[in-house]
Amino acid sequence: MSVRRLAEIQPESFAFTQDNLQWAEGQIAKYPEGRQASAVIPLLWKAQEQNGGWVPEPAIRAIAEMLAMPTIRVMEVATFYTMFNLSPVGEHFVQLCGTTPCALRGANALKDVCRKVIGEERHVTGDGKLSWLEVECLGACSNAPMVQVNYDYFEDLTPESFEALLGDLRAGKAVKTGSQTGRSCSAPSGGDTSLLDEALYDGSVVGAWRKRFDEQAAGDATESDSAAKPAQSARPEAKASKGKADADAKPADAKPADDRPSDRSRREGQPAWAGGKGGVADLPRPSKPSGEEA
Amino acid sequence: MLTDRDRIFTNLYGRQDAGLKGALRRGAWDETKFLLEKGKDWIITEMKASGLRGRGGAGFPTGLKWSFMPKPQEGRPHYLVVNADESEPGTCKDREIMRNDPHLLIEGCLIASFAMEANACYIYVRGEYVREREALERAVAEAYEENLIGPDNKHGYPFDLYVHHGAGAYICGEETALLESLEGKKGMPRLKPPFPANMGLYGCPTTVNNVESIAVAGTILRRGGSWFAGLGKPNNTGTKLFSISGHVEKPCNVEEEMGISFRELVERHCGGIRGGWDNLYAVIPGGSSVPVLPEHQCQDLSMDFDTLKNLKTGLGTAAVIVMDKSTDIVRAIARISYFYKHESCGQCTPCREGTGWMWRVLDRMAHGRAEKREIDMLLEVTTQIEGHTICALGDAAAWPVQGLIRHFRHEIEKRIDDYAANPTPPDYAIAAE
Repeated sequence: MSVRRLAEIQPESFAFTQDNLQWAEGQIAKYPEGRQASAVIPLLWKAQEQNGGWVPEPAIRAIAEMLAMPTIRVMEVATFYTMFNLSPVGEHFVQLCGTTPCALRGANALKDVCRKVIGEERHVTGDGKLSWLEVECLGACSNAPMVQVNYDYFEDLTPESFEALLGDLRAGKAVKTGSQTGRSCSAPSGGDTSLLDEALYDGSVVGAWRKRFDEQAAGDATESDSAAKPAQSARPEAKASKGKADADAKPADAKPADDRPSDRSRREGQPAWAGGKGGVADLPRPSKPSGEEA
Repeated sequence: MLTDRDRIFTNLYGRQDAGLKGALRRGAWDETKFLLEKGKDWIITEMKASGLRGRGGAGFPTGLKWSFMPKPQEGRPHYLVVNADESEPGTCKDREIMRNDPHLLIEGCLIASFAMEANACYIYVRGEYVREREALERAVAEAYEENLIGPDNKHGYPFDLYVHHGAGAYICGEETALLESLEGKKGMPRLKPPFPANMGLYGCPTTVNNVESIAVAGTILRRGGSWFAGLGKPNNTGTKLFSISGHVEKPCNVEEEMGISFRELVERHCGGIRGGWDNLYAVIPGGSSVPVLPEHQCQDLSMDFDTLKNLKTGLGTAAVIVMDKSTDIVRAIARISYFYKHESCGQCTPCREGTGWMWRVLDRMAHGRAEKREIDMLLEVTTQIEGHTICALGDAAAWPVQGLIRHFRHEIEKRIDDYAANPTPPDYAIAAE
């Protein structure tokens, strides 16, 4: 639990801009009639955005009035949720993740950089550009260590790249968000180890799964047909209705093709991406374009 | 080894188009209407047959959870709430789903809502994930535009989807705290019963599911519950997103089969342990809440719910935090204790007071400024917190400390001895690195 208090110096009044008011109405409309209190977090968030990164006390009162909530209820929310800053922050507000997964990869060295470049926690630099705060896990642990500056994540940092980043932010230069080492999201650096099968992306997966349903339906049809007709004549009929996809398939009464996992290449001692065997390309193509669902 | 063909999240690394066009090409929204026409009973049966266990940490069977919703009554609409408040240290999987494969999630929401006769769904995204939320909102707008969801959509089932967000509170990942937060209150967990399935959001029947549990639904139904059940191990079926962080060469997120061995997971996808396997020291196998395991228990470890439970730890969210021999283990766990102290909502006394107490004692122990009898006292206090609080945060705060004492008591004792021998020691490594 963290104890949080409102700042001593507060502006006299707060009012949403016209645009933000309109936006707020859209937010309130997301919740059922009489449940407008649900919009309190988005509205406080917008107030913080409009007020340069922190929530002033008059905004709490204004929002309470807008949502027909007692002021204390909004005050509770503003002080409970740690992303609401209750006192001014720098133009670039650095939230540094210091929890164990980041600490294991060097977050403590980043803290030293913050102390050197910015000063103590919560201190806003003289030019108003920077301030920082150690926060709890930001949920980018595979890209540790990382910081969040306003709304953007900066990942895979080193003390050097972090110091350069702070310098660029202060100078108003454009910065690269996300991984600073050029990784794509949380892919392993130096080449992917999965999702290498091209057939996943050429559209051939679409409709491939229908085979098991078609076979099941055909199987059912065969059964009901065979009650009336001799079994021999029933089978080709059922097969024909399934189209070319079934050319290499098993007899109609076999188990659905997609009913079990693909070939385990482990058993053949071969990595999955070594060949097309068992890949999506081997699956039947859809008999009609997808999306035609009407 | 899982083949690419059996992976569900095919755009995990964001190398493809995350928009609707790309998602359609990868097989999302593929004849969803056909699946819905099979009926809600069929959907729930298939989900049960798949053996899917909830991916948010507790591992409760998802199909069973869906079947708990009562019959609809006049004036009490049903709700689906998706828990995207991913804040457990070590866990960073749902983030990738929301920004790279959002349509799998949106489609899953429609299917799950249909199965539970809910016409509205809220996705609660953690406040820090601003860009992820924007990506998800873009995808939702696309789905509305193409009339895939909406009051009069092409699937013939009226359904509205809203994206809501929090503002930085770990506790809102607890399902009832999440509902409180969604109602515009402080995120303080509710007493159960009544369970959300009877009295959830706005007092109406509600099911809360993790992002990953919902996002896999479409693929499971298409390929069949038996396909999913054929992967992994009995009672621990299917595929799972693993988030590997800490001292491996290449930390990453990866989708793998349940029950993959720890060694294979790290060797294949993460380039091994930093400094080689001999340098492995300890592993937290499922996010910060679960007890740590020492190196000798990890070499042949199978990553599934039941194996880890038998080792008195858990799979949790499959967030694997690896530590090598350079780690100051006491400090690493003390930092986790600080996390729980910071995130306790303050509602129950054992947790509010206990988390801070545990952190202060561990912080002293990290320096050696403690007495040996305090180790047993600390253990005793963890058992006074565990199970004595409304929600599981008290348990989650106690378990890592118990794990530390269970496996690394000798390390704490060594600190105490060292400090006693030389009360002004040279600086201990300040970091847990």
